[in-house]
Amino acid sequence: MARMKFLCDADRCIECNACVTACKNEHEVPWGINRRRVVTLNDGLPGERSVSMACMHCTDAPCASVCPVDCFYTTDDAVVLHNKDTCIGCGYCSYACPFGAPQYPQTANFGTRGKMDKCTYCSGGPEPDMSQAEYVKYGSNRLAEGKLPLCAEMCSTKALLAGDGDIIADIYRERVVTRGYGSGAWGWRTAYGETVAV
Amino acid sequence: MLVKRRSREATATGRLSQLAAGVAAKPIDRRSFLRASGLSIGGLAVIATVGSGLTRRVEAAGFTDPAQPIEIKKNMCTHCSVGCSVVAEVQNGVWVGQEPAYNSPINRGTHCAKGASVREVVHGDRRLKYPMKKVGGEWQRISWDQALDEIAAKMGEIRENSGADSVYLLGSAKFSNEGSYLFRKFAAFWGTNNVDHQARICHSTTVAGVANTWGYGAMTNSYNDIRNSKTVIFMGSNAAEAHPVSMQHILTGKETQRANVIVLDPRFTRTAAHATEYIRFRPGTDIAVINGMLYHIFENGWEDTEYLAQRVYGMDQVREVVKAYTPEVVEKIAGVDGDTLKRAAEKFAKERPSTFIWCMGGTQHTVGTANVRAYNILLLATGNVGGQGNGANIFRGHCNVQGATDFGLDVGNLPCYYGLGAGAWQHWSRVWEVPYNYFVSRFDEVPSKGGRDARTSEENMAIPGITSTRWFDAVTMDSEEVDQKDNIKAMLVFGHGGNTVPRMQDARRGMDALDLLVVADPHPTTFAALHSRTDNTYLLPVCTQFECSGSRTASNRSVQWGEKVVDPIFESDNDYAVMYGLSQRLGFADEMFKNFELVQGKFRMEPTPESILREINRGGWSVGYTGQSPERLKAHMANQQHFDLVTLKALPDAPAEIAGDFYGLPWPCWGTPEFRHPGSHILYNTNIPVKEGGGAFRPRFGLERDGETLLAEGSWNPGSEIQDGYPQFTMGVLKELGWDTDLTARERAVIEGIGGGDEEKINGVSWSLDLSGGIQRVAIEHGCVPYGNGKARAVAWNLPDPIPVHREPIYSARPELVAEYPTNDDRRQQRMPNIGKVVQQSAVDRNIAADFPIILTSGRLVEYEGGGEETRSNPWLAELQQDMFVEINPADATARGIVDGDWVWVYGPENESKARVKALVTERVNSGLAFMPFHFAGWFQGEDQRGNYPAGTDPIVLGESVNVITSYGYDPVTGMHEGKVTLCQIAAA
Repeated sequence: MARMKFLCDADRCIECNACVTACKNEHEVPWGINRRRVVTLNDGLPGERSVSMACMHCTDAPCASVCPVDCFYTTDDAVVLHNKDTCIGCGYCSYACPFGAPQYPQTANFGTRGKMDKCTYCSGGPEPDMSQAEYVKYGSNRLAEGKLPLCAEMCSTKALLAGDGDIIADIYRERVVTRGYGSGAWGWRTAYGETVAV
Repeated sequence: MLVKRRSREATATGRLSQLAAGVAAKPIDRRSFLRASGLSIGGLAVIATVGSGLTRRVEAAGFTDPAQPIEIKKNMCTHCSVGCSVVAEVQNGVWVGQEPAYNSPINRGTHCAKGASVREVVHGDRRLKYPMKKVGGEWQRISWDQALDEIAAKMGEIRENSGADSVYLLGSAKFSNEGSYLFRKFAAFWGTNNVDHQARICHSTTVAGVANTWGYGAMTNSYNDIRNSKTVIFMGSNAAEAHPVSMQHILTGKETQRANVIVLDPRFTRTAAHATEYIRFRPGTDIAVINGMLYHIFENGWEDTEYLAQRVYGMDQVREVVKAYTPEVVEKIAGVDGDTLKRAAEKFAKERPSTFIWCMGGTQHTVGTANVRAYNILLLATGNVGGQGNGANIFRGHCNVQGATDFGLDVGNLPCYYGLGAGAWQHWSRVWEVPYNYFVSRFDEVPSKGGRDARTSEENMAIPGITSTRWFDAVTMDSEEVDQKDNIKAMLVFGHGGNTVPRMQDARRGMDALDLLVVADPHPTTFAALHSRTDNTYLLPVCTQFECSGSRTASNRSVQWGEKVVDPIFESDNDYAVMYGLSQRLGFADEMFKNFELVQGKFRMEPTPESILREINRGGWSVGYTGQSPERLKAHMANQQHFDLVTLKALPDAPAEIAGDFYGLPWPCWGTPEFRHPGSHILYNTNIPVKEGGGAFRPRFGLERDGETLLAEGSWNPGSEIQDGYPQFTMGVLKELGWDTDLTARERAVIEGIGGGDEEKINGVSWSLDLSGGIQRVAIEHGCVPYGNGKARAVAWNLPDPIPVHREPIYSARPELVAEYPTNDDRRQQRMPNIGKVVQQSAVDRNIAADFPIILTSGRLVEYEGGGEETRSNPWLAELQQDMFVEINPADATARGIVDGDWVWVYGPENESKARVKALVTERVNSGLAFMPFHFAGWFQGEDQRGNYPAGTDPIVLGESVNVITSYGYDPVTGMHEGKVTLCQIAAA
């Protein structure tokens, strides 16, 4: 079984936001919910770097550890998913998540939270694969179709990589060796307890 | 790499194969679907409030039902000029999904924020839904027939009273090639040269500068070819935001070649963040910077002497001029020190191949053409044009701005740069099979005005029209000043924003004063909202290129065929049908469309784009638009995976129908489609045979100058039977060489027909007028370039500055330099006066720079494009940029008590202009410089104009337009506006 991961090559990311709108497009994510976003450090200064961020589908995911209703589960491909029917919108996971992944639709005045929403690694939820019920709650299920997350597939500079962790680490490693620099696999140590050694 | 989540068999076409086996379920009605998806959103407040648990706004919107068949349609992104393929999944006539177009050698599956969200364009509830007119200040829904009848009647009335030239035809870089060509042809049949499009305001100065240097006005290489470059200079280009997918090639090239990437820009852009070196300079001083680099190159002998001797005219004169641009002088003008420029110049000259990339930061200036010429001279001096990895990589703006330029949506040209002379009109009369005199009869006679001579209608046909940057002046100015029969009275605006040129206060006055305003666009645009018109204002819902078929030319001259994804939504219709409907009512449809195949369209008959392209193929000899038949283009789109990523050449295993071709048959693609020229990936490339896509500099400015030859010396293409420079091919030249015997009887008959039996005229028939393609074929069979083998011009003696020299902007932050470096003298151009010098001097005399101490420049954001109406109406994009802003340096902000995120007023130097925007305090701009993006509209000097749009068509995000603040200034050659340098003051609001 593959161990699915994301890797954003910050030396390639140009903050074009294709990953963000590709995600919106694929899953019809509504205004105000951002499953993926691009974070820019040192904006406008020498050393400016951007990183595309979403749920990293952590090994030993902190969100799952704190969830009071135990709505999270990890698939055979190591994708961290959750069950919206179980979720009570308590928001604990948003405090636990080191990447700011969990999102909540506002359902009423005074900031009442709805069910949590986050990146599914384009692999839906507990409902039957590629069903309309799954689509309505979680968006499309590309993995079940034999495809990878659209954000990475459409990344303008191929900065955002998705796929089996070993394979994308090899791609990144080869790039770093070719060009002679690399600012590291951002977030990997936090998410996966390891980094890409070059 | 495909990895399956569950145990089912993984296949690349998993979804498709499952679907093929699926059972067809009850079809979804597309109309009711659209009603459900789009119209359910009322505004931001509604979008933000969604039902608990559901992430999607509508159930059906993007759901791909695995039980129903999917159609795959391939088209191209309708935003920038990179030409990314878009793969659309269509179910029951609804575009349900976008997949990566991995086979395209241009984008390899990728997109930017805009391309990744184009599906929304054909679901957008904010599209204009049906024809509308303004009655007593209120928008009313009308039928297409009523709209076209009334518009045609009003046009006829204006023609009667004021003349054909009083109707301005503003076209679009969003047209397909066929739409562009049709629009230009429409103008010819209507009888005016007042026809223009966005190239005027993006790269008109590039086209003029480049064509005057080496022959053709286009990018010489391709985005892909930059992978070969060892040194890349960006000057006035922020590709990371304006052409994001190009960065895939550039960053890969940077990594694999360990290339130098040098960004010269007043602003530390997102592109600069990925450069190996960033050089900041004062806006509007490009020529000083480039001449400063040339100073070091000549001083140190880094120029390519062999290349200059063989292929360049006049570089010694440049050498004399740049001697004045010493490091001290350049530092004084531009603020860049000599060592920095020396380092950049050395890399560019020595670490070759080097390419020079520019965009609107270079072109949108009163010295735009001269800037371009300076860039070209730097390339020539270092021998960097005409080979792999080098060249003038001009990143054009809109998706088909290259094609629309090629097809003459230009006040000075008929299609394919034939000009406006009698020869050009006669050429197209032959292609169109309409007598030349018909066109003479359609044009106005111009009476003597303002001390100028009267013109006959035939003379008027040859006079360039009014540029799109000045249309409003031509409405409101004293008629004596406007060099045509009468002022502009009507604007027909197809696919063009109203916030894209400076002096919007004046544009607003112009809109108010028109007798007729017609906006044909998927969105209402600023042209519908800025003014206070109450009547005689029409909106026509014209669909996007995703809702019709046709070809478009990417920046690298590759022509790609776009396939209709879905039928035009709501009551919109395509450009072809609308132009046909209007032509019918104006009485020239039968003549104008007689060579086209007409089919039943959505509301009326319409010409097929294939038949329009075939007519283009029959007439576009001068740029080699003759080999790209619809069949060849479609074969390329179907076989994209068979082209090489770097060379764009068909791979050895490619099917026969594309064998040997370059992707998209980049022009020139000589001869007839049957001749099977492969297209030209790299222009002026003398390293390969002409038959395989080689070329040479085009000698189009005579054969000699001051006793020096303008033909190449000791340089020719492999296989050329003339082993030296040579002039263009004509029937006479073929006869002299004895090659005319190679012509077939049919080719000879066509040539003799064009010559009308007159020996001298027959001998004068050239490669660009020969409708048989025989002259091109024979020249190429003998290894020669049809247009000749000449030298590029370092000195362009026909331009106001034959060798570029620094000239201060109209509104200069350094008024003390104006006396030494004044702008060009006032002149009349394109029927209008250009009083830049008076304005410049007045600004100095009034000490404007003291009251407006900050330089204001403008540019793009990645999320939006052009005037921005379409992209600001797309919620996926609008969410990412919700406010118009001004970038201001922390020092300038602190001095004014401005905090990041505050509302501020930006004040401009003319018209008491002001704009209320948010402050973005950043060191991206240095002290004394401010930056504003140009995509916003819908607020005007603090006034929210949302209510001016027809209900439900207002873009989600509105904001002040930068062009409210930008000011007077026009390039003396093309009339390009000054969009990149003005002065402003900023204060907390």
